[in-house]
Amino acid sequence: MITRRAFMRRVLQTISGAIGAAGVAAVAFRRRASANTKTSRWAFLVDTYKCVGCGFCVKACKLENDVPYEANVTRTWVERYILTKKGELLIDTPKGARDGFISSRVQLGKDTYREVKPDEIAKAFFVPKLCNQCENPPCVQVCPVGATYQTEDGVVLVDRKWCIGCGYCIMACPYGVRFFHPVYRVADKCNFCYHRISQGMKPACVEACPFGARLIGDLNNPDDPVTQYIMTQRVSVLKEDYGTKPQVYYVGLSKEVR
Amino acid sequence: MHIWRPLWVTIALVALVLGIRLVMVPKDFGVHGTTYAYKWYRKSSESEWKAIRAKYRGREYCKDCHEEQLTHILRSPHAPIQCENCHGPAMEHPETPEKLPIDTSRELCLRCHASLPYPGSARAKIKGIEPDNHYPDTGCSDCHDPHHPTQ
Amino acid sequence: MEVHGEVWTLKELFVYPNEYIYWSVQIVMYPFMTGLVAGAFVLSSLYHVFGIKQLREMARFSLVLSFALLLAAPLPLLFHLLQPTRAFNVFLTPHFTSAIAAFGIVFSGYMAIVASELWFVYRKHFVTQALLLREKRDKSLAESLLHLLYSVLTLGAYDISEEALRKDEQAIRWLAGIGIPVACFLHGYAGFIFGSVKANALWMTPLMPVIFIMSAVVSGIALCMLSYIVVMEARRRRVSGTFNSYQMTREQIRGVEQHEVTITARYLVFFMIFAISLELLDLVFREYTALKSWDILRRVIYGRDFLNIFILQYLVGNLVPFALLLLPRLTIRRAVVSLLLVLFGVFMMRWNVVIGGQAFSLSFSGFMHYHLPILPHDFDTFKEGALGAAVILVVPYVLFWLFGKILPVFEPEETH
Repeated sequence: MITRRAFMRRVLQTISGAIGAAGVAAVAFRRRASANTKTSRWAFLVDTYKCVGCGFCVKACKLENDVPYEANVTRTWVERYILTKKGELLIDTPKGARDGFISSRVQLGKDTYREVKPDEIAKAFFVPKLCNQCENPPCVQVCPVGATYQTEDGVVLVDRKWCIGCGYCIMACPYGVRFFHPVYRVADKCNFCYHRISQGMKPACVEACPFGARLIGDLNNPDDPVTQYIMTQRVSVLKEDYGTKPQVYYVGLSKEVR
Repeated sequence: MHIWRPLWVTIALVALVLGIRLVMVPKDFGVHGTTYAYKWYRKSSESEWKAIRAKYRGREYCKDCHEEQLTHILRSPHAPIQCENCHGPAMEHPETPEKLPIDTSRELCLRCHASLPYPGSARAKIKGIEPDNHYPDTGCSDCHDPHHPTQ
Repeated sequence: MEVHGEVWTLKELFVYPNEYIYWSVQIVMYPFMTGLVAGAFVLSSLYHVFGIKQLREMARFSLVLSFALLLAAPLPLLFHLLQPTRAFNVFLTPHFTSAIAAFGIVFSGYMAIVASELWFVYRKHFVTQALLLREKRDKSLAESLLHLLYSVLTLGAYDISEEALRKDEQAIRWLAGIGIPVACFLHGYAGFIFGSVKANALWMTPLMPVIFIMSAVVSGIALCMLSYIVVMEARRRRVSGTFNSYQMTREQIRGVEQHEVTITARYLVFFMIFAISLELLDLVFREYTALKSWDILRRVIYGRDFLNIFILQYLVGNLVPFALLLLPRLTIRRAVVSLLLVLFGVFMMRWNVVIGGQAFSLSFSGFMHYHLPILPHDFDTFKEGALGAAVILVVPYVLFWLFGKILPVFEPEETH
């Protein structure tokens, strides 16, 4: 029979022992405070006034990033919006604008086209799209195996060796930027040409655009002209209501843009 | 008591899976950041992406051998167009590929020069043609020099 | 070069370039199968937990069928994955913010429960068979293997005294009890997989997990009733008029069958009411609140998919069997028709959620049409086509037949 005093002593010993062990563990396993407090945060700026729909960006992206040219998937694309004077909205993106927009005929289906004459048009413009490298990426949240992730500098990447090809990330992306790579048979998407920006180069699409409609910048660098523009001028993002906090900023987005 | 036997079997199977995990999960798989939601991955994947060799080299790379064409185009309205836009990525040219494609199709030029007078878009400011009306059976470069189209 | 999903997707108006119907027929099959599993298990538990004695015959049968379905349930997923050889990654590095990662834990946990319950139900049979075969000299190869199988299946617990068997009963009751919420979770999480995708305007609703669970129970009960009727009819026809090993005449078999079916039909109707109410509630809310997505959803629900939703699912798959089951003096024939229609209705519900959710573009300005590949022209169109779906439907019955060879699914004497 144990005495009350001995019991209480035993309990107190156990508790203090546990606290001590926890304390040691907390110190031993603490995460090292980030040595580098000045990592980049990549962001993109798209100017829809400047985009002419030449599609050189799409071509460059496909060739740079190993997405088969003939396949009907693309890491980036350009959409054309035409609002007629009658109030009709026509949108198309023939092969993602891989071959540019070379005709006034708007593609409405596989074999359906609609000729639009210049005097019918109230407003028309081009909108390039790519992965928004969201701050709160829903695609990363839903990956069941940890095959997609967000890097420290904000880019969302796919681990080609680990992806099981379930497609949940593709379903979860509100912007439709993800797809199954036809050769590797895993999920794929724009990654801001991570292999290029990590070496101080620009993404292929930024480099290719002859009109400066695409720019990349570092939000953590206050001297970056892109950062300055985003901070001081009027910019918007796509589908803000989803709470994804996208990091591709647009100049000249209009209410028609999907 | 025999009623616990299925539980022991289950525990043994769970232990087996945990054992397999120890062997099969890459050692650098973990939470590499503050949020488990966004940072659960295999760290070496990052360096695999960074290690990929760039294919587009940029103008400075072409300049070494093709300085003449470059200066020529820089004096023309086509100055903002990159060499690789029309000729494709340089990669390890001139080793591989030995030659870069020279695309003389009309479709290449029509990307910008098919007239689309869209109000408010920069496309309207580019001089363009109606493809079906402007010498439809001829190549653009038969009359226009791509490196200096106004000359 | 063909992209996965391109061959069975037809795009109309404005659809983003990378959008295709990626989650096709196998993703319809998977919740359908797990739904049957959950439903069959709940039915079995109604007997073991709530002691509804009239369901005894059905209960044993449902448990074995539930297990056969459970073993077949991962197949649609393996057919769907583009990298099926990496499927085990879900167990190696599960990312628990993803509903799909829950699959590993929930599925294995549920499998452990059903397998354990089966063990308790059939332990006496394993013991008697093992002992019988042990006595036999000159065993054939098949008999030696069977002896090994039964011996292993006893897990070394050879005590089949009254007290030991009573303990088995207790364990069964306990397992059936905790199995019900786990079965609900197994199917609820499948509903969560869809309901939590904010990018999909049709899927996004907190009601989704509940809708899935309710319709799962409906399908499970219907399947068990149907399978039970089929088996009982087969037995009835084999009976030679007066006497047989079951000590039952044809009339008696028919009597038991009629009784069990009538009782179970009442439970089926109850769950059907629940399931349809939730779905209608979701629809009413969407129409009333008329969010941005309502414009395109309206066109899909009341226009393009009107046949699939209102005629095939609600009318043929719900209202008609509902009426048939509620009319007085339910005959076996009428029950069979109703049950087939109910199963069809549940399948259409899965179809309308999975395929319907991909019938419109993320742009809300375009549509996608899914045509199920019938004749495969490559491995992908086999796996994710009609033939692949047919394989999934057949496998559980093959397994059930195999189980029937070593377990007495109907004999009352050696089981609980």
